[in-house]
Amino acid sequence: MTTTALPPLTRKDFQTDQEVRWCPGCGDYAILAAVQSVFPELGVKRENFVVVSGIGCSSRFPYYMNTFGFHSIHGRAPAVATGIKIAHPELEVWMATGDGDALAIGGNHTIHMLRRNVGIKVLLFNNRIYGLTKGQYSPTSEFHKVTKSTPYGSPDRPFNPVSLAIGAEATFVARSVDIFQAHLKETLKAAAAHKGSAFVEILQNCNIFNDGAWTSLTEKDARSEHVIQLEHNKPLIFGKNRNKGILRKPDGDIEVVTLGNGITEADLIMHNSHHPRASYAFLLSHMEGRPGFPTPIGLFRAWDDLPRYEDVVNEQVNQIIQQKGPGDLNKLLRGGDVWEVK
Amino acid sequence: MDIPSGKTKREVIEQAVIRFAGDSGDGMQITGSQFTNTVALYGNDIATFPDYPAEIRAPAGTVPGVSGFQLNFSSGEVFTPGDSVDALVAMNPAALKVNIGDLKANGILIVNSDSFEETDLRKAHVTSNPLEDNSLDKFRVFPVELQKLTRAALASLGLDAKSMDRCKNFFALGMCYWLYNRSMDPTIRWIDDKFSKNPLLAEANKLAMRAGYSYCEATEAFQISYEIPPAQLTPGTYRNLSGNQALAMGFVAAAQKSGLKLFLGSYPITPASDILHELSKYKSFGVLTFQAEDEIAAITSAIGAAYSGSLAITTTSGPGMALKTEAIGLAVMTELPIVVCDIQRGGPSTGLPTKTEQADLLQAMFGRNSEAPIPVLAASTPGDCFWVALEASRIALKYMVPVILLSDGYLANGAEPWRIPTAEEIPAVPVKFEKNPEGFQPYRRDPETLARPWAIPGTPGLEHRIGGIEKQETTGNVNYEPLNHEKMVRMRAAKVEAIRQDIPNVMPVGDPEGDLLVVSWGSTFGSVAGAVKAQREKGRKIGHLHLRHLNPLPGNVGDVLKRYRKVLVPELNMGQLLWMLRAKYLVDAVGLNKIQGRPFKQNELEQKFEEVMGL
Repeated sequence: MTTTALPPLTRKDFQTDQEVRWCPGCGDYAILAAVQSVFPELGVKRENFVVVSGIGCSSRFPYYMNTFGFHSIHGRAPAVATGIKIAHPELEVWMATGDGDALAIGGNHTIHMLRRNVGIKVLLFNNRIYGLTKGQYSPTSEFHKVTKSTPYGSPDRPFNPVSLAIGAEATFVARSVDIFQAHLKETLKAAAAHKGSAFVEILQNCNIFNDGAWTSLTEKDARSEHVIQLEHNKPLIFGKNRNKGILRKPDGDIEVVTLGNGITEADLIMHNSHHPRASYAFLLSHMEGRPGFPTPIGLFRAWDDLPRYEDVVNEQVNQIIQQKGPGDLNKLLRGGDVWEVK
Repeated sequence: MDIPSGKTKREVIEQAVIRFAGDSGDGMQITGSQFTNTVALYGNDIATFPDYPAEIRAPAGTVPGVSGFQLNFSSGEVFTPGDSVDALVAMNPAALKVNIGDLKANGILIVNSDSFEETDLRKAHVTSNPLEDNSLDKFRVFPVELQKLTRAALASLGLDAKSMDRCKNFFALGMCYWLYNRSMDPTIRWIDDKFSKNPLLAEANKLAMRAGYSYCEATEAFQISYEIPPAQLTPGTYRNLSGNQALAMGFVAAAQKSGLKLFLGSYPITPASDILHELSKYKSFGVLTFQAEDEIAAITSAIGAAYSGSLAITTTSGPGMALKTEAIGLAVMTELPIVVCDIQRGGPSTGLPTKTEQADLLQAMFGRNSEAPIPVLAASTPGDCFWVALEASRIALKYMVPVILLSDGYLANGAEPWRIPTAEEIPAVPVKFEKNPEGFQPYRRDPETLARPWAIPGTPGLEHRIGGIEKQETTGNVNYEPLNHEKMVRMRAAKVEAIRQDIPNVMPVGDPEGDLLVVSWGSTFGSVAGAVKAQREKGRKIGHLHLRHLNPLPGNVGDVLKRYRKVLVPELNMGQLLWMLRAKYLVDAVGLNKIQGRPFKQNELEQKFEEVMGL
């Protein structure tokens, strides 16, 4: 990321003249607005941004960002973006993808991008449904969910995208929500500041095919009971009265406790998003779906000590050039045993 | 090395074909390539045919485990590895069984007699011992106790039996060097280099080879040795080169000549992996190699690299091509320059991974959804792979198109002497990046080439979006209008057609008109050229048209086809170029089709020529 002094960019500089073609009321609008307001603050020249996507509603994203943009094919955005980053590590590459694009058809590329730690910022719009193909279940749809392709309920068990990313040893894993604008922007800024792969799951509402997918988390009354915000160096506390917390049990598991009766904040887990090992973040990612547990948002993991893939690759090239000098074509062609014919 | 003394006779001959055959673990590929290197350095023209099983180690001593390496070396011009062999080295009964049918009558047969025990015969499903049952009477058979003699030669080194036995191929190699009067020096240099970290093994292999050589000298086993004088090749500096090495170097040259970084996205697959191996060594040229998680990531990473301004390539074989199909369509739509190398092998599906075939032509032509024409080129010889890599890169970069380059297993692993060009002899590959934001439109076209501008990320003022959705002409914006779509489909086709202006007309070799035109493409070049030459020497009126550019075809192909009474298209497939020529030119051409995972023999071509000409 370049940080030279620039004429200040504004949100408007990142808007295109293309008519936005998402359904009215789609959560994608909020994500677009957040990204357009964060990009000018990153100190990156506009021409150095590249937004890459695959296929799906979310993947129309590049058309609405006035940067370099590549709307590729289904599932393959991580590979396209990896090619860009290897060839040009100085570019600021962001990727827009969805639960189908990143976890079904493109699942393989997603995990390999993350384990390599390619410096790509991944925005996974998770609406737990296939929108563009009009309403089939996705890899994040709930077990037994009734959709167009599962009239008797889905037999699939869903992926938890955060667990998957942590399982692939991603160095930055976060979760935010489309309508939590302030939280989303902070999360995007944290992702931008991360050098390696940054994976952000954004819970997003598809008001046409899966309306209310996240209402248990987003409704004002329910929010504080069902969501826990992960903050570095702060205890894991949630609840309307901020009287509940997460405790580490002797067997290694976690449990929800109510403060009081001898249990204080000091007994709760102190969140450490910079932990070098992924196991702690993985444990946190498994709160969802457990009775009584809240859904965590914020930074599960932000450990930036691993070199970026594109830097390792290019550094190797530079080292060899330093050791051997720049390649000489004549020498290459005449390598090995040669002989003269007169 | 000295000329053998004693009572043995030395005969000068023009040409010989030798084949080394043994178990996969017997080191036959190394033995063959060492012999090749030595005779090439001496100045013979050569053609090689390595033939090995798909299994890394099939059960030892069995027929499926047989690995072979054939070499044709000559003082004259060599077109093919040869139809039949003059000398066969067989390390075990299975190798003998598989290969004996190709040995000429009175040919030399060196067998490792130590491996003709009861159990060895059983593993090869041989019921009677061929060394005892007179079935080899028509050959000059030399049973040699390769194992015992090698062990005896290495006795002083203190190696275990297994390590000693591994050197027996070099004993056989030493015998062959004696038989053909060749110096052991190049192989000694190779051994010293190869085993520089293990001097004991270096010593063992050298000792074994010298022992084989001395064995011939001392026992006068052969009574005769041969000499094949150097060939009269075009003056210049030569090296021995395989097709895959040539491709790798060709792309490095294209990158150097265009001033671009070379990016290879690849997933290992036989027989293409050696290109990845080669290019991953060339880091001092700034080459970026990416071993992707799969074939699709291999090509899409290349598309990303091309989008950001690299000379981007991907290398694969047929099954990988099938997986890359959708991404090739993306490169067509986004009009980005990549080169897709398909090192063809026997198919369909996994097919015959280590055997050659040229049956991906129609896949290269049409294997995508909708109308997605692409330039297609094919290399004709191992050395030609270098020049085709340059030509494919030139076309891709000039016309902003993906290009498919076809090679095959035979070219990939086969080797020939290659006249090395100087860097200055290699033509420049001009490239222009768009820089000017004034009136910039991502799909505005060059009037001559119809290419769109290459506007790479990082260029101020050129921010724009591309993708797989249909584009509005000029602006490149998403557009679904019916007439725009038809216009863009025709535009992409016209762009590929425009390349024809840039391709030289083709001239048939041999008779410019006459009884028969033989049309070939790809690796059948050598065998067809050899067969045409032989037939013309018999007075037949034959022309040979070999096509490098398969899409678009050179402008005068239709005219050439009309100048002959008959047109024959020999191919290692069911008739794919034949189909294209018949469809495009309404010519009543016929095919000669072989789908056995093996190249044509000159003999079968000549027979077919005669049949078609009604002789």
